[in-house]
Amino acid sequence: MERKIILEHIDVKGIRSIEVYRSMGGYDSVAKALKSMTPDEVTEQVINSGLRGRGGAGFPTGRKWSFIDKKSNNPRYLICNADESEPGTFKDRYLMEHIPHRLIEGMISASYALGANTAYIYVRGEFKYIIGILNQSIKEAYQQGFLGKNILDSGFDLDIYVHPGAGAYICGEETALIESLEGKRGTPRLKPPFPAIKGLYDCPTVVNNVETLANIGWIVNNGAESYAQIGIGNSKGTKLISACGNINKPGVYEIEMGLPVETFIYNEKFCGGIKNGKDLKAVIPGGSSVPILPKELILKTADGKKRLLSYESLSEGGFQTGSMLGSGGFIVYNENACIVRNTYNLSRFYHHESCGQCSPCREGTSWMEAVLHRIEHGHGKQKDIDLLVEIASRIEGNTICPLGDAAAWPVAAAIRHFRHEFEFHVEHPEIVKNIRHGSLAKYAK
Amino acid sequence: MAKLKFTIDNQTIEVEQGTTILQAARMIGGKVVPPAMCYYSKLQGSGGKCRTCLVRVAQGSSKDPRPMPKLVAACRTEVMDGMVVENLTSPDVVAARRAVVEFLLINHPLDCPVCDQAGECDLQDLSYEHGSQSARFEEEKRTYEPIDIGPLIQFHPNRCILCYRCVYAADQLTDKRVHGILYRGEKSEISTFISQSIENDFSGNLIDVCPVGALTDKTFRFKNRVWFLKPMDAHRDCPKCSGKVALWLRGEEVYRVTGRKDEYGEVEDFICNECRFEKKQASDWIIEGPRSITPKSVISQNHYRVLSKPHVINPLKDKME
Repeated sequence: MERKIILEHIDVKGIRSIEVYRSMGGYDSVAKALKSMTPDEVTEQVINSGLRGRGGAGFPTGRKWSFIDKKSNNPRYLICNADESEPGTFKDRYLMEHIPHRLIEGMISASYALGANTAYIYVRGEFKYIIGILNQSIKEAYQQGFLGKNILDSGFDLDIYVHPGAGAYICGEETALIESLEGKRGTPRLKPPFPAIKGLYDCPTVVNNVETLANIGWIVNNGAESYAQIGIGNSKGTKLISACGNINKPGVYEIEMGLPVETFIYNEKFCGGIKNGKDLKAVIPGGSSVPILPKELILKTADGKKRLLSYESLSEGGFQTGSMLGSGGFIVYNENACIVRNTYNLSRFYHHESCGQCSPCREGTSWMEAVLHRIEHGHGKQKDIDLLVEIASRIEGNTICPLGDAAAWPVAAAIRHFRHEFEFHVEHPEIVKNIRHGSLAKYAK
Repeated sequence: MAKLKFTIDNQTIEVEQGTTILQAARMIGGKVVPPAMCYYSKLQGSGGKCRTCLVRVAQGSSKDPRPMPKLVAACRTEVMDGMVVENLTSPDVVAARRAVVEFLLINHPLDCPVCDQAGECDLQDLSYEHGSQSARFEEEKRTYEPIDIGPLIQFHPNRCILCYRCVYAADQLTDKRVHGILYRGEKSEISTFISQSIENDFSGNLIDVCPVGALTDKTFRFKNRVWFLKPMDAHRDCPKCSGKVALWLRGEEVYRVTGRKDEYGEVEDFICNECRFEKKQASDWIIEGPRSITPKSVISQNHYRVLSKPHVINPLKDKME
């Protein structure tokens, strides 16, 4: 079930350079798209491939492209969202660091399909070294005639610019990213209008994740049908999973959609099992914003079916017994992990990263963090647990952008599945006041 | 232009394309109007932030009757033909509004007894209508270092609810914008680029657009309570603005001058600083008469209105005859 599409040549020495990349068939898709396909045909291929956005939301990429306002006389833009900031997610960074031309190749075909002559890569500010890598790769692509005027004598022009952000998580939200790119405060816009109608500089714009765009070259080269045959159900193709936490082999893995979670955790090809032979306690399967699942629900669904790494399987059971594939940030906790501390840490992050534009998120995230801080440090009360659930439910769905939901879900899920740990913190303040307390299982009667 | 049929809380109205849910509700008036703390019809781009105007769209349109999955901000969502919206008839909306009020109050200092905005504060009204009687917030409230933003406007950052109205007003009314939002998230604050720098000729309007007591009139500070004053419509021939104001009098003394606000707390015309701060004599103005104040406002107490005799229903009347 290990299938490499994006990372196919990752182990080839010098693959970061355009010469080596081209010797492996790199940029063939650009020639194919620009010389033998119309823009609509490229879009059609992406629609039929079943590719879904890899940034977390999982929206069908081709459909997103088809929404672009073709009646508008304004220029169109493609933006690559490389503002990867979600705790536990580090797949895009890995991809851009090791095989940057895969992204640029995909962006050229995508821009051609959209009719965009300007594209931006909006990179998280902290990825300073990656900005250098991308600029070097773009320079090489210009030199080889894959960027600039009249690419491969096709009449198509494209310029790609790398734009560093200032390191705000909110700028990964597409409209906040656009605001930031325009030089304003990175705060989300109200939708509608969606970027496909009114995006960058009020022009039609498509924002796609790095991994999403990295798939385009393969789809153009091999056809939609070949891509659609990989994967399971409505989860087509492969997925980059960035695994971290208490596992033997943390790292980025490309898997075929539908790989059983159990295989991914315990197989030597992937995570290689839990570190030091400990028992698995819980997993956050799709980046820190998705609900945490305890061992019994991450390995199997509530119906007893094997849990698979796919959009459908991970969300089976809704938020009561399921979670989401999200961005593929796979965080594993062993039996020693303190779920309350972990939830508090995540809450600190979302409080820090809230843009402050809308009241529920601005005030709610800080309130949740304060209550969790008290519980984790032995000053919690029994009623605080229900208060947290209520604050989370009052943030969820009432905010401008999904950051509010992202802040609420981890808290609500942690209490749903590990309420006993929260109660233990409240009932035994003398134990939890020890800052080094690990799992509380040994104290449980 | 074609009219769109729109229903809110079982009341139907026809509106023009481009009308938002809030604007359409205001055309109907009364209880169907969602509250709004950040939206200001005269300030472009305002709205969508405070989330007090959240409503449920039970039917998107005649063409696509599906309900919208989440509550939407009435101030920024445009009406579609056949749209059906629930405001107070939806338990979800009522719950969400209560939640937003609670969120807005957790860091707001409850210093109404010493706040100049008391009696005309939108947050007081909102809390009264949608708030809880007791607070569940036990943490320390957020506080800021006070900053001096100039000789005319008193700024209380602790009271600010970050509605962004003053930022839009400064951006759209004044020629040299010197204030805005600093920092991010809960640490966001309204501030000036340089201390004491707000001195534009129309800067006083920042006081009028502020829904709470964060920006108040320095020349009126602690002088009087608004419910002791009589608001009068007055005008003068002003070369800079319309000259149409509300004078707040006690006896013959002018305590303050503000723009004329409608029932939704929005000024009809923005006024200049000369009218607002420098013309404090009744003789400077042509007084038109008392302003109409809504009966629910504390300012209307003991003012002008004669109470009509309540209508008594007598179920036995017919039988007795």
